[in-house]
Amino acid sequence: MASAIARTTYNLFFRRSSSYMVGIFASAFAFEIAFDGAADRLWDSVNKGRQWKDIRSKYIEEQ
Amino acid sequence: MFSRAAYTTGTRAFRAPSFAQGRMASTQAGPGPFGADRKAAIAWFTKAAAGSAILGYGVSNYIATDERIAPLSKALSDSVNALQKKADDLGLKLPFTVAHAFSTADHGLHPPHYPWDHYKPWKTYDHASIRRGFQVYKEVCSACHSMEYIHYRNLVGVSHTEAEAKELAAEYEYKDGPNDVGEMFMRPGKLTDAMPAPYPNEEAARAANGGAYPPDLSCIVRARHGEEDYIFSLLLGYCDPPAGVTVREGLHYNPYFPGGAIAMARALYDEVCEYDDGTPNNASQLAKDVTTFLSWASYPEHDERKKMGLKTLAISTMLLGLSVWWKRFKWSYIKSRKIVYKPGKFDEV
Ligand code: HEC
Repeated sequence: MASAIARTTYNLFFRRSSSYMVGIFASAFAFEIAFDGAADRLWDSVNKGRQWKDIRSKYIEEQ
Repeated sequence: MFSRAAYTTGTRAFRAPSFAQGRMASTQAGPGPFGADRKAAIAWFTKAAAGSAILGYGVSNYIATDERIAPLSKALSDSVNALQKKADDLGLKLPFTVAHAFSTADHGLHPPHYPWDHYKPWKTYDHASIRRGFQVYKEVCSACHSMEYIHYRNLVGVSHTEAEAKELAAEYEYKDGPNDVGEMFMRPGKLTDAMPAPYPNEEAARAANGGAYPPDLSCIVRARHGEEDYIFSLLLGYCDPPAGVTVREGLHYNPYFPGGAIAMARALYDEVCEYDDGTPNNASQLAKDVTTFLSWASYPEHDERKKMGLKTLAISTMLLGLSVWWKRFKWSYIKSRKIVYKPGKFDEV
């Protein structure tokens, strides 16, 4: 175990199967949020001005 | 005897050198089927290619000339035709391709490919264009064409706000009921109503259009070859029939329509609609917008589908990279292993 981070990660997630599973679920959850957020932001910038959310402000009436 | 020597070398025989060393050893090319090394193989292939080029040129120009081939191919096609005719007489179908004359007058002129920007894999529809296209449909096409699978609620969050969609729906009266005394009644439209149908039934539609039925436009882009290109070309393709072509009374000449004579008159002219977002309202702009709207109606899942598809490709690429790495990681031990034969002492018999 080279660094403190690696050691902590190992002890926290890889040492026992139960914590390994928890680690998998937690990182899947975090990855999903990060990936979806990044992909949506990229998509919206590529399609700037084309989608409904870009033009709806012209038509919506605020109550 | 022999085996004893091989296996008595013990632990040293299955020495696993370091990963790097092993990889270098495994990438070295040994003598292959085309020569001792890569250079020899390239030379072999070069000579083979040059040789076959010269041979091919010679054969096709001096030996298998057209004059010699033509009688052979004629004999072949004659016998195939005779066979085909026999089979036709017997009512059999042979697995030969039959040549058909193709005429663009009968099948419709192929529309050119237009650069729709929602054709790009990373582009959504232009929703402002869908909104204008709905206006064109409502003001022009809906006089003859229904869209029974498109409801006002479908417009919400795509081209109109909820309040606007409700207002649009309420412009028309819909038959509903029965009420508590068993009578049908008329009520203003709601979000759950479909686009109002111009005719009560197909017979009425045909009667009003010289026998031709204006098709429902809900899925028309899916339903025609050439999709958007065809619809756009059809809407603007009206012209005078070429010399020698006569069009029956009540039909109109349009080269993109199969057969050339269509019962729908030209519907889009410059400035037949008034856009409120400042977009020019010439005929081709109107056609482009209404085609975009019809395309959305046929593929309402389009934007989401492309986004999901690109996300899937991105994730799959990552997983591919990971699995390649994982495979090499697992195989590195096997790939870098060297089996050393160390002769031992032989027992003479
Ligand atoms: C005056 C009535 C009328 C109007 C307005 C009208 N159409 Fe048509 N449309 C017809 C009729 C009738 C047909 C059937 C033509 C035929 O089969 O010969 C037709 C056929 C079509 C077809 C199918 C062509 C094919 O390949 O079979 C499309 C697409 C179409 N119309 C789109 C439109 C669009 C878009 C608009 C609005 C810009 C529009 N139409 C306006 C009457 C109309």
